Amino acid sequence: MLKQMEGSRAVAEAVALCRPEVICAYPISPQTHIVEALGELVKEGALTPCEFINVESEFAAMSVAIGSSATGARTYTATASQGLLFMAEAVYNASGLGLPIVMTVANRAIGAPINIWNDHSDALSQRDSGWLQIFAETNQEALDLHIQAFRLAEELSLPIMVCMDGFILTHAYERVDMPTQEQVDAYLPKYEPRQVLDPADPVSIGAMVGPEAFMEVRYLAHAKQMEALKLIPEYAAEFKAVFGRDSGGLVHTYKADDADTIVVAMGSVLGTIKDVVDEMREAGHKIGVLGITLFRPFPIAQVREALRHAKRVVVLEKSLAVGLGGILSTNVGMALAAQPVDVYTVVAGLGGRSITMRSLHALFRKAEKNDLDPLTFLDLNRGVVDKQLERERATRRSGPAAEAILRDIGVVAANIAQEAP
Amino acid sequence: MFQVRIHGRGGQGVVTAAEMLSIAAFDEGRHAQAFPSFGSERTGAPVVAFCRIADKEIRLREPIMEPDALIIQDPTLLHQVDVFSGLTPEGYILINTNKTFEELGLADLVRGRRLARLCTVSATEISLRHVGRPVPNVPLLGGFAAISGVLKLESVIKAINDRFSGKVAAGNVAAATEAYNTVRKELEEIAHA
Repeated sequence: MLKQMEGSRAVAEAVALCRPEVICAYPISPQTHIVEALGELVKEGALTPCEFINVESEFAAMSVAIGSSATGARTYTATASQGLLFMAEAVYNASGLGLPIVMTVANRAIGAPINIWNDHSDALSQRDSGWLQIFAETNQEALDLHIQAFRLAEELSLPIMVCMDGFILTHAYERVDMPTQEQVDAYLPKYEPRQVLDPADPVSIGAMVGPEAFMEVRYLAHAKQMEALKLIPEYAAEFKAVFGRDSGGLVHTYKADDADTIVVAMGSVLGTIKDVVDEMREAGHKIGVLGITLFRPFPIAQVREALRHAKRVVVLEKSLAVGLGGILSTNVGMALAAQPVDVYTVVAGLGGRSITMRSLHALFRKAEKNDLDPLTFLDLNRGVVDKQLERERATRRSGPAAEAILRDIGVVAANIAQEAP
Repeated sequence: MFQVRIHGRGGQGVVTAAEMLSIAAFDEGRHAQAFPSFGSERTGAPVVAFCRIADKEIRLREPIMEPDALIIQDPTLLHQVDVFSGLTPEGYILINTNKTFEELGLADLVRGRRLARLCTVSATEISLRHVGRPVPNVPLLGGFAAISGVLKLESVIKAINDRFSGKVAAGNVAAATEAYNTVRKELEEIAHA
């Protein structure tokens, strides 16, 4: 049924349709409206049987999720930003133990400086945690990916993060097609756990494993994650059969077949990029897009295939590997190791900086002329940076950098696009 | 695509207004995208929200920098925030005030713009009368339907009933209808002037 609703609400309703049995969440910032709405659904009796557990921290949220999943309950939680970092130790435990928890990450920046806005730093900090990571482009896809995620997680016995851009998607009202309970029930089988803490049939979960077997257990985690590369296209095809639309999958190309320049990105910024590509195509530019839906496991073969004929690749990412450059671009670069193609890394949208069509037009035109630096920071206010660097050269006790920059920039309330002045 | 930017202050229902606008457009079978400006939304602080309306899927995620219409819920913002930034030459302006554009000191700013696209309506007074609280956001949506013709008043009323219930819904429907009629009357006077 078509509805106009907030992204968070849409995901909450989709998660409810998946019949989770335990939802645990730390209800204080950074959190989303998703668990708020799910809490209401449980309280109203609309989602039953399901236990909603308010916990005292994100560390507790993931710990409770581990416990409930180990008893064979379908388990869901959501987090973002610093909250994800605070649960990091338990995040690794959930995957190491092979527990199929589904968690929404409403992507936000990580401080310091304190920032509540969107980028991909939070999820990508956990890229090696053993969780699968999928990124939604729209609220429809976010909703659909959650339904697929429960099935995939439970089949593989591995946890999944469904990543959706914080604010940009979670707080946006747009049209979604909400499935029926019958459709979801037809697609998502009852959870049959591989391992259960059951007093009638006791097992140990979480033994200490020494050098004699640790490598083998970790190798299995890798091998199992790689199975997702085969399962995901199958599940996406079955999803289309039941729900009638394309959603999920590994990667998606857009006007890329004959493109000399291909832009690679993840998440909601793909929409803006596609609008720019349409305008550039009309003006005769041979440019296309590769959207990465699945980030872990990384679909190396599909990325390589999609970029096979490109003359240059622009990886636009909302993340920064400090001291290296790009995170997504490093992964894309691995897929292109044997190909003679220029790969440009563009770090964009950090901490909620708007990524505008105007800036993308200029960026892509520069890339076409091979006039881009290998690492570009989109819309970086160089003047502000230079001023601070000069201050630090001139004075030993130059003081905290972020606060000095804020003073230089002045009031931002007047700045609608939240762009650099 | 038609792009609306709503300016107000925290507590005036700026974000709610954009969301309801998107629901009204959706009810007419159109695609719509509403989103806030993601500031720390404190009571009284300047807040911006956006709504795009189109006949096909909206993929664009940038803030609205060149709006086709501005709804200004709080006229005290006029000298604090560059609310008119990027407004298209044919753009609509609807301000919540009991003053005229001249009295607000905006005569120079709007010179050359079509009079039929500039309206004021005392939305706060209307909301106090019908809802009992100073919440200008919903009556301004009625005014927006009248000035822009992008949406029908009936769709705004449907969105109000979708969002609110009971006395609050009834009060807001009355407020939106009065603002709609007020703006219609202003436009008729301009047409006959």
